[in-house]
Amino acid sequence: MPVTRGFTGKRRADRARHADRLPPGQYDAGTDWPALTAEATPRVDTAQWTMVVDGLVRTPRTWDWREIHALEGSTYHGDIHCVTTWSKFDTTFTGVSVDTLLEQAEPLPEAAYVMAHATTGYTTNLPLEDVTGGRAWVVWEFDGRPLPVDHGGPVRLLVPHLYFWKSAKWVTRLELMDRDRPGFWEQNGYHDRGDPWLEQRYQGDP
Amino acid sequence: MTDAPAGAWTTGTLAEVKRSDRLVRLRFEVADRVDHLPGQHYVLRLRAPDDYTAQRSYSAASDPDDPLLELMVECLPDGEVSGFMHDEARVGDVFELRGPIGGWFTWSGEVPAVAVAGGSGVVPIVAMMRYARRLGLEHLLRVVAVARTLDALPYADELREYGALVALTRENLNGRVAAPPYPEEVAPLVEGTERAYVCGSVGFASYAQRLLGESGMRADAIRVEQFGASG
Repeated sequence: MPVTRGFTGKRRADRARHADRLPPGQYDAGTDWPALTAEATPRVDTAQWTMVVDGLVRTPRTWDWREIHALEGSTYHGDIHCVTTWSKFDTTFTGVSVDTLLEQAEPLPEAAYVMAHATTGYTTNLPLEDVTGGRAWVVWEFDGRPLPVDHGGPVRLLVPHLYFWKSAKWVTRLELMDRDRPGFWEQNGYHDRGDPWLEQRYQGDP
Repeated sequence: MTDAPAGAWTTGTLAEVKRSDRLVRLRFEVADRVDHLPGQHYVLRLRAPDDYTAQRSYSAASDPDDPLLELMVECLPDGEVSGFMHDEARVGDVFELRGPIGGWFTWSGEVPAVAVAGGSGVVPIVAMMRYARRLGLEHLLRVVAVARTLDALPYADELREYGALVALTRENLNGRVAAPPYPEEVAPLVEGTERAYVCGSVGFASYAQRLLGESGMRADAIRVEQFGASG
């Protein structure tokens, strides 16, 4: 691919701050936290909201707001990466580990994929192994404060090792499946897995 | 979902550049160009000699029928890519481009629609507008364009010629006193449509969704493309 005449990336000195933590093609958003959405921002009423884990599980489970808060809590401290190229370092999210939810629902042996559903109808698919082993959460707090509505508040999925469109905002259901099925952005040109370190941004990327 | 076209990485040669204070209009001759749907975007990637790259997404402003790909880039303070394109890019320069991308925020006349766009958010709407004009589908696409001043509104003349409702918030325009769009101005444009397209900053998108809701547009009929930091 051609070198761009006259381009040296002079802002690169700023990147040195976390150069080893920045996936290819990304830039450090610093203190900004861009919010991108495809659909209208919903107002989710925590008194009505539930979290469902169903599909290929032994026991489909449902938790309401109070019940999910009564589970053992878990915090993620680390980086997040968006396919639109911004990365944000040292974020802190608090909620419950997806492992905790799955322990109670008991995935069947043939479950291999998950479809995350949001209250808005937004969906995103992921391999089951990408939401287990301490790699995924359902979170309601960011930096010690309630998750802002534009960033998925009151509650979103968090899968920080994949591009952030997989961390479905306003999450309400995890559906376990045996076969992969494309969710919203995956049907609209984006990758089925979305690993930022392999730059799996779009359909067709290896 | 429509089967939206998609393209792989290719190169584009800059054929025309037009700069204003904070905007730069770029027209590229793209190798093996795939016709996009109005509303789709491209990724533009810059590469330094040591292979350091920086890439950003930009909506196509051009009608798919246009032999050249047109992008309108807003120069952001400290913008790594936008700054370079605004200050340095020259006719004849070759750039890496990938696209078209995106199957959601597109319109090709399939439903009567209203678009509400703020500032550089008008760009994908301009592609839809040009497409509508070419095919005589203007009655199916109503446009509301919002900006602080006429100078800050990309494609202002074209939008006005199309008959878009142009709402300037800091400047008077033809007897319309500076103000955001009023519900009374927007409601007649929403009537009879089945879908809305909202494009702009996060703050603008939030405002536009409320405005449309007040005019009777169902939330699930609103497609949003928003960009920028939320603070």
